[in-house]
Amino acid sequence: MSALNSAQPPKPSSAADFLAGARSAIQSVFFLVLAGTYIGIGALAHDFGFSAWWMALSSMLVWASPAQVILISALGTGAPPVEAAVAVSLSGIRLFPMVVALLPLLRGHGRRTRDLLLPAHFTSISMWIESLRLLPAIPHARRLAFCNGLSVGYMSTAVTFGFAGYYLAAGLPTLFAGALLFLTPMSFLVSTARNSRLMIDRLALAIGLVLGPLLVVSHVELDLMWTGIAGGSLAYGANRLREAMR
Amino acid sequence: MSAGGELSAFVMLLLVGFLPNEIWRVLGLVLARGLDEDSEIVVWSRAVATAILAGVIAKLILFSSGGLATIPLPVRAGAAACGFLAFLAVKRSVFAGVLVGEAALLLGGFLFAH
Repeated sequence: MSALNSAQPPKPSSAADFLAGARSAIQSVFFLVLAGTYIGIGALAHDFGFSAWWMALSSMLVWASPAQVILISALGTGAPPVEAAVAVSLSGIRLFPMVVALLPLLRGHGRRTRDLLLPAHFTSISMWIESLRLLPAIPHARRLAFCNGLSVGYMSTAVTFGFAGYYLAAGLPTLFAGALLFLTPMSFLVSTARNSRLMIDRLALAIGLVLGPLLVVSHVELDLMWTGIAGGSLAYGANRLREAMR
Repeated sequence: MSAGGELSAFVMLLLVGFLPNEIWRVLGLVLARGLDEDSEIVVWSRAVATAILAGVIAKLILFSSGGLATIPLPVRAGAAACGFLAFLAVKRSVFAGVLVGEAALLLGGFLFAH
C-alpha cells in the first residue's frame, strides 16, 4: 500500500475521496440500519408480488424507504395509481428542505448545478444526517467526491440487503420483522439527537416529536408538512429571540 | 407476474414512485442555487427538515404498520425511551442507543406481543 501511495501525486485525488466516503458509509451505524430496513422492504416487495429487480430499481430511483413502503403497499393492494402517487409525494416533501440545507455545503470551487444533480438525487435521511455531520470537517474541494462515495456506499447496502430480504421473506418471524422495522425510527432518533449540537436543532427535534403525533390525532391533513413548517419556524424564531436577548 | 404485468410494474415505478418523490429533490436543487451555508433560509430549512424528520420518527413509533404493529404501543414507546436514555448514558453513542432500544423492543415484544 505504501508503494502505491508514494506513486500517487501529493494532491488529493477524487477517487481517494470517493473511497473514503464509501468506507465511512460501511463503518457507520447506518450500514446496519439500512441493512435491517431493506431486508424488511425486500420482504414486503416479495409478499406483494413484485420482482427482485423491480425492488432493486426502486431502491436506486426512489431511494427513500418511507416512499418505497408506501409505493409497494399501495400498488400491491391495488390502490388507484393517482392516490399512491399523492401519498408518495407527500412523504417526499422532507427531501426539499434537506436538499436546500445540504447543497450549500457542496457548492463553490467551480461546481456547476449539474455537478449537484447526483448529490440531490442521493439525498435521503441517512445520507443527510451523516453528510451534515462529516462534511464541515472536510476541505471544500474534496466534499463532493466524499459525499458521492458515502451515498453510493449506502445505496449499494440498500440494494444488496433488499435482495437478501426478498429471498428471506418467507422465513422471517413476525417479532423479528417488527424489530427490523423498529431500526429505522430508533436510529434516526438517536443520530438526529447526536447531530443536534446547536440549540435550534434540539428545539426542532423536540417540537417535531411532540407536534407530529398531535397533528395526526387531531386529523390535520398534510400533517408532516405542517409539523415541519410550524415546528421548524418555531425553533428558528425561538433561537433568534434567544440570540437577540444575549 | 406476466411479461405485460412486469412492464407495467416498471412504468408504475417511474410514474408513481420515482417522479412524485424526485420532484422535491429537483425543487431543492433549484432553490438552493446561490445560497450559502450560513444564509438564514438555509438555517430555517435545516430546522424545518429536522422537525419533519422528528415527526416521521414519532409517527413510525406511535402509529406503526406491518410487523411492528403487532408489538403493543407501550412496548414500542418504552423501547424508544430506553434507547434514548442509553444513548445519553453511554457518551452519546448511537450504537448503544440502537442496541438497547432493539433489545428492549424484543424483550417487551416477546413478553407482551398479541
